[in-house]
Amino acid sequence: MLKQYSFEKTAVQSFDAQTTLALKTEDLQVFYGANHAMHDANLGFPKNQITALIGASGSGKSTYLRSLNRMNDGIATVTGKIWYHGVNINEPNVNIYEIRKHIGMVFQRPNPFSKSIRENIVYALKANGMKSKADLDERVETSLRGAALWDEVKDTLDKSALSLSGGQQQRLCIARSIAMAPDVLLLDEPCSALDPISTVKVEETLLELQKQYTIIIVTHNMQQAARVSSQCAFFHLGHVMEYTSTGTMFSNPQIPVTQDYIAGSFG
Amino acid sequence: MEQTNLQLNKPDSQTNEWDARLHHATRATREDWAGRGISYLCIGAIILVVASMLWFISSKGIATFTQNHVSVWKFLTGTNWAPDTGHIGAAPMIVGSFAVTFAAAIVATPFAIGTAIFMTEISPNRGRKLLQPVIELLVGIPSVVYGFIGLAVVVPFMRHLVGGSGFGIISATFVLFVMVLPTITSMTVDSLRAVPRYYKEASLALGATRWQTISRVILRSATSGILTAVIFGMARAFGEALAVQMVIGNAAVMPKNLISAASTLTSQLTSGIGDTIDGTLPNNALWSLALILLLMSLFFNALVRFIAKRGQLKHER
Repeated sequence: MLKQYSFEKTAVQSFDAQTTLALKTEDLQVFYGANHAMHDANLGFPKNQITALIGASGSGKSTYLRSLNRMNDGIATVTGKIWYHGVNINEPNVNIYEIRKHIGMVFQRPNPFSKSIRENIVYALKANGMKSKADLDERVETSLRGAALWDEVKDTLDKSALSLSGGQQQRLCIARSIAMAPDVLLLDEPCSALDPISTVKVEETLLELQKQYTIIIVTHNMQQAARVSSQCAFFHLGHVMEYTSTGTMFSNPQIPVTQDYIAGSFG
Repeated sequence: MEQTNLQLNKPDSQTNEWDARLHHATRATREDWAGRGISYLCIGAIILVVASMLWFISSKGIATFTQNHVSVWKFLTGTNWAPDTGHIGAAPMIVGSFAVTFAAAIVATPFAIGTAIFMTEISPNRGRKLLQPVIELLVGIPSVVYGFIGLAVVVPFMRHLVGGSGFGIISATFVLFVMVLPTITSMTVDSLRAVPRYYKEASLALGATRWQTISRVILRSATSGILTAVIFGMARAFGEALAVQMVIGNAAVMPKNLISAASTLTSQLTSGIGDTIDGTLPNNALWSLALILLLMSLFFNALVRFIAKRGQLKHER
């Protein structure tokens, strides 16, 4: 039986003016019909850092993440503000296609298209009007290198992406996202379908990528959050309960619900 | 271990009892046999019917060539169809059948794909709720009704529009278009719905527009399903007899253009079969037309299987 925790007592950090934030949400609420899935999320994401969103199933962390690049459009109602480069991107007249070019997303289940490895990466570039073969080839190489996949696939770029292993497929999906040169990369439990060795590779890739990108990763796995993130937010039943640096989160959590979750009492 | 084996092998009274218990038939095993027996019986009956139909049509259809000594080549390429005087040229009907089939498929496919995209991607709730019954209704209307509407509406319209009798390939095409549209649409809807949701999500998350996602990801990965749908539509058009017969004009001559009266394999069969005497050349010639129809439907079937296999390979590779 899950203990009742007060949603009044939260410990959510905010950043001072010196910290550059890549993305920030203000009073973000998400509703699935009558179901209030996310309450008042006020989070800022420092540039070129990895932020982990942790919490039990149904805590709203994936819902929150999907709202950030408007993937919840047509699925859920999202209110509140999402600040990106000084613009509130949670407004109807904002071009969602443009947003998603800058805020990329990688999903829980590796989802490459049933096309060749090369086609998977150039798909969005072509759709965006890039035509020159030299440019496309260069992007294929840089993004595959960025996702630490180049050495494994450079000779088989025209093979079907579905012939890759799960871990390779997920790194291909990361490569596909960074090919669009986004600022922010959203990852929704990217390793939950992967074996430990593939997971290590993806994590190494992320640590390398944070030099260029701001990364927000939803994870079920607390060890993973501890390994890769600098900031960590804990979600519980649709509320952000605690947001702090990862070190503090795991060594000295401030409120009872976080303490119990970190200690493994539930989740 | 050895000791256990020895004990188990010992033919004492207890093992005999178990032997009987484990070997005797219960209600469950008898039900099993009965069920299996019934399903084998049904399968056997169906196989028998299909096989004898194949044999019957083949043997009758071949008689034109074996008994009446018409050359196969002449049958397929001859343009003079006058079985009473011994002229057996089936080319006009073959051309007619293919003409209306391809024309109907070419006209219907864009409409079908458009409708299917609307029903699955653009308005999956309200649009689908509205269109699904419409399509089911269109499938259920008997072909004689289609033919009657064609006769009462399409033929006079064509007569008015382009002159002539109004009977002809274009009228048949129009009627067949309406008839195959629901077939192609509903199968295309199925194949579009079978495209994994995560393909669409992946594409949208990369900043692709809805239209780019539909045209480059969803339609692309549903290609084999859509092709199958079109071929099923073509098979239906190729085999449709009554509605076509009512509007095509039934002139067993080589069609010169789209508005000239023509005939198809099926229309010739339905209009001719009552007037011939069993075992004569005119009768045998009609069976040969039926044989062509049979071979074509086998061909369509094989094509569908081939495409399905290719599609599967593409996804597994």
